[in-house]
Amino acid sequence: MMTTDLASPLDVAAIRRDFPILSGATRLIYLDSAATSQKPRPVIERLARYYETQNANVHRGVYRLAEEATAAYEEARATLARFIGARPEETIFVRNATEGINLVANTWGAANIGEGDVIVLTEMEHHSNLIPWQLLAERTGAQLRYIGLTPDGRLQPDALEEILAGGRVKLVATTYVSNVLGTVNPIADMSRAAHAAGARILVDAAQAAPHFPLDVRRLDVDFLALTGHKMLGPMGIGVLYGRQEILDAMPPFLGGGEMIRRVGREHSTWNDLPWKFEAGTPNVEGAVGLAEAVRYLESVGLEAIAAHDRRLAAYALSRLREIPGLIAYGPEERGALVAFTLPDIHPHDLASLLDERDIAVRAGHHCAQLLHERLDVPATTRASFYLYNDERDVDTLVQGIGHAREVME
Amino acid sequence: MSTLYTEIIQDAYKHPAHRGDLPDHSHSFEDENPLCGDVLRMELQVDGDRVRSARFSGRGCAISQASAELLLDRVEGRAVADALALEKDDVLEELGIPEISPARLKCALLALKVLKGALYGLKA
Repeated sequence: MMTTDLASPLDVAAIRRDFPILSGATRLIYLDSAATSQKPRPVIERLARYYETQNANVHRGVYRLAEEATAAYEEARATLARFIGARPEETIFVRNATEGINLVANTWGAANIGEGDVIVLTEMEHHSNLIPWQLLAERTGAQLRYIGLTPDGRLQPDALEEILAGGRVKLVATTYVSNVLGTVNPIADMSRAAHAAGARILVDAAQAAPHFPLDVRRLDVDFLALTGHKMLGPMGIGVLYGRQEILDAMPPFLGGGEMIRRVGREHSTWNDLPWKFEAGTPNVEGAVGLAEAVRYLESVGLEAIAAHDRRLAAYALSRLREIPGLIAYGPEERGALVAFTLPDIHPHDLASLLDERDIAVRAGHHCAQLLHERLDVPATTRASFYLYNDERDVDTLVQGIGHAREVME
Repeated sequence: MSTLYTEIIQDAYKHPAHRGDLPDHSHSFEDENPLCGDVLRMELQVDGDRVRSARFSGRGCAISQASAELLLDRVEGRAVADALALEKDDVLEELGIPEISPARLKCALLALKVLKGALYGLKA
């Protein structure tokens, strides 16, 4: 049996020491990073340092502390913009990917998508990139069309082109990496196809941004949403990227302070990008914490993390497939997760029995009910991996499944 | 071996005596726990103020299915009023677990919800 990662590009033992929650007396086998990642000490300390030395409201005060808080917030934006290959003006801080997608649906979508227009989704979408478009379609009379899946959980080849050829497609909204199947979708190809048909493309990068380098210009996408807490940052902070000319033409989202230029009794005018979309006092500590998380990820190296994830996912897939009757969903080439079912144990029972051995996995439909209907299972168990996991965690999971089977047989 | 999966739960889950249908039932109800995909249907034959016989069908986790078995075992042959008086703590007592996480409590209480739905004559 393989032990620790001699072949891994990462020093996982050293990385684990940076994560206080993983450094307790009992080894926590945390296999739920696709739900939320754990946080390294530099991020935790950055949040404390912000409150201990820099806290003031941003973009308002003229005193030095307020200027320092504003500078920290805008530096965080610049860090995130660089991380995704965007300009700061195109980098809007939101609460999470869900809020970013709702922002687009309620502004650009409401202004540009009308009755009979088509919004293209995929059958593997998380509810975050499904419900906002259902709500918009119900409001406007637009139609939703879905790209189906191959038996091994990839997007049907040619399905997008066929839907685009039908005309009236205004938007293609797709996830980059499936949170259940692990499928990595061909975003650059999909962008090219969408643009050739005169459509825009929005990418849910919640499961991508933590795991490999992203570049919105190279992908040539119009919108991209990510969430901070899945990439070592705090909860309640995320980023929406929008192409500048589109953002300029978009109506605002929430109204309030910060997003205005001049307020009149009947009408007002809007602030410049990106603040036009950031009404109210923002999550400043979240932004600076997320920027610290980006620095941590870059110090480890996104390419190295990607290689580590690929190795671990392949190892997990091969070990899990040794278990008789286990069905693992999704393609061979995948992101850092495996969702599976066992014929004789319900996912919730498995998750509870694994929890008794300090193994944290997710059980349920993972906010992807349509996909589970497609897979014809009510729920799956999902083990997801990150830079602080290694083969030993996978081995412990496999042993834990064996134990659960003994209890439930 | 397991603090949650007591002998009682395992036995009720693996060897349910009340799994099945009652073609001549007087009351029935069906509900689900959409978060987990647990589905439960109960059919009761009520005779006067007594639950004469009771059966359940469905699929789901061991907690949801075991609590259906244990609850029906408890109410069969007893007064309808006793069945309607059952509460959360009675279910946990039947399962033999004093504590359960909020997430799993929903699994445990689905059976109680379906039982009361049937007795109150709700339409599924």
